[in-house]
Amino acid sequence: MLTIKNLHAEVEEKQILKGINLSVNAGEVHAIMGPNGSGKSSLASVLAGRENYQVTQGEVFFSGLNLLDMSPEVRAREGLFLAFQYPIEIPGVSNINFLKTALAEIRAHKGLPPLDAKEFLRLSREKQKLVEFDAQLVNRSLNEGFSGGEKKRNEIFQLAMLEPKLSILDETDSGLDIDALRIVSKGVNKLRSENNAFIIITHYQRLLEYIVPDFVHVLYDGRIVKSGTKELALELEEKGYDWLKEEAREKATTI
Amino acid sequence: MTPSPSIPLFEEVVNGFNKLSVSGGTKKESSDLRRTRQSAFEKFRSLGGFPSIRNEDWRYTNLARFLKDEFTIEGWGGPETPAPDASLVEKAHIAGLDCYQIVLVNGSWDGTVTGGELPKGIQLLKVADARQDPALSVYFEKQAGWNEHFANLNAALFTDGIFVRVEAGVVIEKPLHIIHIYTSENNLLVQPRNVWVINKNAELSAIESVVSGGSEGGIIWVNSLSDVLVHADARFHHTMLQTAGTGVRLVQQTSVRQHRQSLYNNFTFTLPGAELVRNDLQTRLEEDHTETHLYGLYLTTGNQLVDNHTLVDHQKPHCFSNELYKGVLLGQSTGVFNGKVYVHQEAQKTNAFQQNNNLVISPKATIDSKPQLEIFADDVKCSHGSTVGQFSEEALFYLRARGIGEEAAKGLLINAFAFDVTEKIRIPEVETHVNELISLHIPTNHA
Repeated sequence: MLTIKNLHAEVEEKQILKGINLSVNAGEVHAIMGPNGSGKSSLASVLAGRENYQVTQGEVFFSGLNLLDMSPEVRAREGLFLAFQYPIEIPGVSNINFLKTALAEIRAHKGLPPLDAKEFLRLSREKQKLVEFDAQLVNRSLNEGFSGGEKKRNEIFQLAMLEPKLSILDETDSGLDIDALRIVSKGVNKLRSENNAFIIITHYQRLLEYIVPDFVHVLYDGRIVKSGTKELALELEEKGYDWLKEEAREKATTI
Repeated sequence: MTPSPSIPLFEEVVNGFNKLSVSGGTKKESSDLRRTRQSAFEKFRSLGGFPSIRNEDWRYTNLARFLKDEFTIEGWGGPETPAPDASLVEKAHIAGLDCYQIVLVNGSWDGTVTGGELPKGIQLLKVADARQDPALSVYFEKQAGWNEHFANLNAALFTDGIFVRVEAGVVIEKPLHIIHIYTSENNLLVQPRNVWVINKNAELSAIESVVSGGSEGGIIWVNSLSDVLVHADARFHHTMLQTAGTGVRLVQQTSVRQHRQSLYNNFTFTLPGAELVRNDLQTRLEEDHTETHLYGLYLTTGNQLVDNHTLVDHQKPHCFSNELYKGVLLGQSTGVFNGKVYVHQEAQKTNAFQQNNNLVISPKATIDSKPQLEIFADDVKCSHGSTVGQFSEEALFYLRARGIGEEAAKGLLINAFAFDVTEKIRIPEVETHVNELISLHIPTNHA
């Protein structure tokens, strides 16, 4: 589904990603962990098409298409979804109209007509229930005055509504209390299927107790320095990141 | 100041005024009203005729390029008023709104009311008749706030318009929709004079729409003067929808006087089209405990020059005023906002708030925003603020990351920006209508 080859990217002439290689197949959940400033969120931003990042080397294919050639909206319509670390508040744009517009654009891209008001309402109710999202929030202005947890749950609600192929969750667990974390994870687990895939970016192992990944990668200094299965996450929890930093440094000096 | 004789319109109005005194058109008016015309015209001349950028109130609104054209004056033996064009009436139609509707063509009403029979307690008259009625003459005589060039010109030369009066204690349930159509084959100066009298404890909601004919006609300069008197405990909700086309130059002065415990709400929406719009909205709080809300939204495109001058004159204690004007500027358009709040020494316990926010979308668009507070009382709460900004890149990216195209995302953000003003509209059908007008005018190419 997603193939990243030797991806290098910079922001304001500062090299952030220094050669990422990663393959994600349908049905898989990949966790990307790593210390602060290792490039985790930058990778998410580059994949979603944030304009202040410049790709300097490498390529990314998404469902066989060159992802880096697409505008952010086309990436979304092709089925890529970024759950934001800091969802934006947009007063005056209602949550529901925003979703209606987004869904209509995604459907149009697939050659489908927009849902009529009744179908849309039914879908919205079904998904609200699925991810335990408060109906009151649906009719409010987009994220305006939402608590941190409500904003993150809104991201998962949007994810449920738009049914992307690949979802990237950028530190969705940050700022969540244990109950919110459980609700968000439950939602994601219900949405997991053999046709879609998830990349979960997180600093802590905690989220991975609820959303069990197939693969765990450790990002450090713009590169994936170690990959493994869910046991790697436990090891990191126990030992921290320092031993990996050491390893990475040794590797760099031997080269 | 010496009037510049090189302005053809100046020559025309001088000739027009001379003709007026000999034509006998004002013969049936009271001698006081005739004197008012004379002194207003002298005032216009002594102010130097039409204003230039040397006048502080016109510093950012240069009329020079608009005053080059020749115009004839409507009325006093001018061209016949055409019948209302159905397609123009349709253009101003507000879907689903249950209202009384009248249509004025170049300031002249044919007496027809649609939307049901007018209830008792509201009176609508042609100004052409009302100005000759000795009992009403007083409403056309010297009013406060005619310190303006254009107001004096109108006061000297007006022929027609609409006179609306609501009797004391009467609440008019359905809104009154006035459609002002401006259309002419030749260049024309039209000077409608409108008078609103809302008597004690009465209530009225009115919507005034301005529309114009196609661009193939002549240029129409509309110099409109409205005097509004809101008596004690009365409530008047006044909405202006300015949607005239490119051939229109619109100068609208609205002079409001409020008495004890009265409420005046004004909504002014200026949408793309007219090449020049100058609104002078002046509210004089002549008695205590009044409440005033002024909401404005201007969405400008092309070469438009849209200027909103407002004055809130706090003369007495315990009055409340709140003003919010928002602007969205596209193309090479220019916006001007000048909001003056004057708090007299006597006006203790005044609450006066003012805010002007602008979204400048095109690199070639400009805005001149000038809040002006003059406070002479010491126990007051007053605030003002002015902002100029662009699209939030973060918000734009968030919308695009959900599949919404760049143009559609900008449209959503413009509507969202306008929302603070549009949500204040008390009539849902009008709110929907305004939102649709905004969406309609958001061009797909902002360059």
